[in-house]
This record gives sequence, C-alpha cells and structure tokens, in this order.
Amino acid sequence: MQLPDAEQLLAKLADNIRPLLGENTALVGIHSGGAWLAERLQARLGDHIPLGTLDISFYRDDFSRIGLHPQTRPSHISFDVEGRHIILVDDVLYTGRTIRGAMNELFDYGRPAKITLAVLVDRGGREMPVEAQIVGARLALQPGENLELARDDAGQFHLKLHEAA
Amino acid sequence: MNNPQLDKNGNLKHLLSIEGLPRAILTQILDTAESFTGVSEREVKKVPLLRGKTVCNIFFENSTRTRTTFELAAKRLSADVVSLNVGTSSQSKGETVLDTVDNLIAMHADMFVVRHSQSGAAHFIARHVGPHIHVINAGDGRHSHPTQGLLDVFTIRRYKPDMHNLRVAIVGDVLHSRVARSEIHALTTLGVPEVRVIAPKTLLPTDVEKLGVQVYHDMRAGLKDVDVVMMLRLQNERMSGALLPSAQEYFKCYGLTQEKLALAKPDAIVMHPGPMNRGVEIDSSVADGNQSVILPQVTYGIAVRMAVMSILAGNTEAA
Repeated sequence: MQLPDAEQLLAKLADNIRPLLGENTALVGIHSGGAWLAERLQARLGDHIPLGTLDISFYRDDFSRIGLHPQTRPSHISFDVEGRHIILVDDVLYTGRTIRGAMNELFDYGRPAKITLAVLVDRGGREMPVEAQIVGARLALQPGENLELARDDAGQFHLKLHEAA
Repeated sequence: MNNPQLDKNGNLKHLLSIEGLPRAILTQILDTAESFTGVSEREVKKVPLLRGKTVCNIFFENSTRTRTTFELAAKRLSADVVSLNVGTSSQSKGETVLDTVDNLIAMHADMFVVRHSQSGAAHFIARHVGPHIHVINAGDGRHSHPTQGLLDVFTIRRYKPDMHNLRVAIVGDVLHSRVARSEIHALTTLGVPEVRVIAPKTLLPTDVEKLGVQVYHDMRAGLKDVDVVMMLRLQNERMSGALLPSAQEYFKCYGLTQEKLALAKPDAIVMHPGPMNRGVEIDSSVADGNQSVILPQVTYGIAVRMAVMSILAGNTEAA
C-alpha cells in the first residue's frame, strides 16, 4: 500500500487548524507521535500558542488487563486549561480509546471550553463514539495492521505500516 | 534463586526489599514516579488507575509520615483505603497477624501495606496471601524499608541526575536502620560508585563492608567531597545502655553542623528520612538550610509510592 507523505499531511493539518486559532487556543499532543506533531504545528502556527503534552498511561482502559505501560512520561500542561479551546493532536486515530483517556486526563487539569481533535491519519476501526474534526488522510486498514509515525534523525516524519506479529 | 517479590515472568508482584531487585525494575519505578510528581501539582490530584481496588495499611508499629504518604498515594490512585493501627486494636486482644490479614481478605482487600517491628513480617504475609493480592513492606524490624530507599534515590536522582558519578555518605545508626540497608542496596544497584557509611563502631553491623560500602569512623574524613549526605535518625532508646555515651557526645562526633557540612562539596544535598532529632544527629541550621532537601523527600515519597502501587496492581494475574 502506498502511504501518504507525513510531511505533506502535517502541512495540511496546519492549514486547517490556522482558521480556528483564537486568543484562547492551545495545542496538546498525545505521546509520542501526537506530541511530536503538536510541537511542529506550534512552530508553523506561532510560538505564542501554548503547547502541552499528555501521556495517557494513567488513564488507559486496559490497565487491569495489561498493567502499567513500562515507560511512562510525565504529562506537561503548564497553562490553565480552564475555559480554553484545546486542539488535541494525535498521529493515528483508531479505536478512539486513547482519545477518551486523553479527554479524561485533560479534565483533571480543568474544564476546557472546547476540544477539537486533529489527527494525521484516521484509519477507521472505531470502538468509541469519537470523531476528529481535522484529518490529514483517511486510510482503510485491517485490524492486524499497525500504522505508526516515525521521526528520522533529521526530524522528518514518515508513516510506517507493520503487520502485527 | 526464587525471589518471592517477582512472578514467574519476572514482574514485580510484591515489594518486600530492594535487595535482589534488578536495576531495570528500580529504574522503572523511579521513571514512573517521575510521571506521578506532576499529578500531585494539578487541579485534580488523582488518576483512576486503582479505581475499585481496596488498599489496607496495616501498621503493627506506629509511623505517622509513612502511613500518611501511603494513604495519600493510594487515594491519589483512586483506591479505597483502610488504615489500621493494629498495635492499638485487635492484636492487643490476642488476634494473630494472619487472622488480621484473613479478615481483611474476607473484606476483599487487594493490596496490603505492612509495617511491623519483626524482620520478615511482610514476607510472611506475602507467602500467605493469594496470587491476586499484593504486599508492600513499609518497614520490617531492622531488615528493610524499600519505599524509603526508593524515595531517597529518587530524590538524589532529581538533584544529581548523573548517578554514575556520585559520592554518597550515610551517617549514623546503620546498625539498627532498615532505611540504611535499603538505601545501600538501592544506591549500589543503580550504579553509584562510592557509598560511604560514617558511624561509631558500636552502631555498625559486622561485615558492613560486604554490602559494598566504605567505612569511616571519623565524620570529617567521611564527609570530604561527598555529593550527598544522608543522615539517619538516632533512636533515643539506643542512648541508654552501652552503645552510646550521651546525646551531647553523639552530636559532637556525628551530628551534622554547618561547619562539618562545609567539608562536603559546596552543592551537596542533605537528606533525612525523619522524624528528626534536632540537636542530636542534625543541627537545626542544617535541617532548615538551603542544602536541605528533607521536605522534598516527603513530597517525592508520595509519587514513589504511587508508582510502586500502580506497577504492582498492573501485574495482577487474571483470576
């Protein structure tokens, strides 16, 4: 399968987010791919936009089945979430469970006025009623396939498709 | 060797002592604790990991700080928490330790945090409970106090991130200290190259060198150029009897003063597990001075205990 160019999708996301920016907007990326994207989006859209990252390890709904992720990273949100318009950024939207966890975590920082979801790729396969408002590309992937965002040494993004073992 | 703390896949099932735990597990606990430090600073200081779980703190021996931080850690993980001071309840009516534990299991407890004056008490309970129940040692006799050791190395790592390039001195009553034993194991496992113990001969265990430490009886020599000074509490009851002449004499030889601290590196940090005996093992001006990280130790204790509890709860075998 020919995968789309991640850098082009990033440019498209930035173009689609730009009209939504207001005084109250902040970018929040979900570890790790979404955090990389949010950082690059901030560079394109303006340094004045507050940037945060979320690691949703403490909010996963499969904790009781698979335990704590062996590598958690601290979430960093240094601005006040209360009343903000949060643009939540992730690389791949699949079941919707990650987004549910991310929204739960966000609310433990405060009550946002609005959350907009922006994803590089929507691969289908939803198990939760979650939709992205801003989508770079839509791909129809099989459940056994695993799509992930990679970052090379030069900081350039690439999409990679793996067959599940 | 069969390590009762690990399950058959090598995952942490109970936390009983730091001795025998691989560096990878210690590092995972410290890294996870790093993520939890932020949770305590948020608007909502809670995550839902232990929702629906019941944590029982059973303290057969008193401890306000340790019990409070374990209680807060469990609550910030959304667990239901019961704290028992068994010294003042059923045990005084003659109930055995295992009867106390069995009663709590009958109430569907999922995790036990145990403090006992007898070494091995937490091991004893861990061997007794079913596979879905976790046990954390919150201090057993002179043996071990693993979460204190972990929070101490977590604090050191926060202020001195390059653990492979550190000189650490542990000062005071090593003989009776489970904290010292846990600290030594944690520091050596994490690759700290030089751990010193500074104490009079009467307050050192025989063969303490075998733990991989350098022994000093002269505090001034021992503090020279260290990065970290970890003071131990001098238990007042040791003062009577033959071990020590007097509190004043002890303070003169082994109490930490500004003047002695000046022998350490200028940016050395000062730690104490609490509760402090001001004027016995540490001077007030040092305890409250700008090199002291004694209160941050308490703050980090919550994050470290949250990390331990969530890692254990995550390693529950399917019933």
